[in-house]
Amino acid sequence: MNPIGNLNKIFESRIRLGVMSVLMVNNEVNFNDLKQMLEVTDGNLASHLNTLEENGYIKVYKGFIGRKTNTTYAITTAGEKAFKGHLAALEHMIKFTK
Amino acid sequence: MTDDQQHLQTLTDIKRIMERSSRFISLSGLSGVSAGLCALVGAWLARVWLVAYYERWDSTGVYNDADYADLKVKLITTALVVMVAAVSGGLFFTWRRAKKNNLPIWDVTSRKVLINVCIPLAAGGAFAAGILYNHMETLVAPTCLVFYGLALVNASKYTLPELRYLGILEILLGIANLFLLRKGLYFWAVGFGVLHIVYGIVMWWKYERKGSFQ
Repeated sequence: MNPIGNLNKIFESRIRLGVMSVLMVNNEVNFNDLKQMLEVTDGNLASHLNTLEENGYIKVYKGFIGRKTNTTYAITTAGEKAFKGHLAALEHMIKFTK
Repeated sequence: MTDDQQHLQTLTDIKRIMERSSRFISLSGLSGVSAGLCALVGAWLARVWLVAYYERWDSTGVYNDADYADLKVKLITTALVVMVAAVSGGLFFTWRRAKKNNLPIWDVTSRKVLINVCIPLAAGGAFAAGILYNHMETLVAPTCLVFYGLALVNASKYTLPELRYLGILEILLGIANLFLLRKGLYFWAVGFGVLHIVYGIVMWWKYERKGSFQ
């Protein structure tokens, strides 16, 4: 069996990994809070969020607070499953190669 | 094996981000110590005023309405001043710790802690006001302790998990006080003073002593 076969390519980027980690433990997080927690730029974060959304791992809610846009993100069931699978694969691999 | 180390590093990163995004970890142990010291000073002042009040009562031999009202105002003012001093001290030490670790003090996690502390605390404040309104002063200290304990238990989900134990102890102390009603001031001093100081020192020892971050 290929020890890295179960690793998910989508989660290879550190930023996408970070986004998933934050969303695993928080119900709903808005763009600015994600940006602050992961210390990344707007454009960078937005493009990674797009990738995650296209893969059905996160849900996007567009809303407003007054006249300012407030976009929040939440993990989907598929996303949670995929991320847990990725973590299990990482763990397995570390044990396997020892 | 560098590849192995890289993956271990990834797992550590994930854990750190999960922790940092869901818990407010800058809460300083020194906050507890300073709040506890404020409470002890307040309790001592309250005792001085109470003793003086009873001495006046004993010397005149009659109950004096105006003197009692005066005592009540003094005690409530002391309590408010102690609260402001304790909160400011707490904020200062927490702010200092956040700055040292390069973490934001006002973010999602600190907002969550604040909201979750405020809900039971506001309920307790209103409850205590109702008790004062109905002239059942002896019940104020147990009420404060129980609601404060509930607030801590509630907030512990969003900050240092050990806060939960401090909360439980405050609740137990408040309930014990209900059965020893006239000793409110002593329970108050132990709950808000001694327990805070002990908790603060333990937390400081555990998380901050080395000046490193966990």
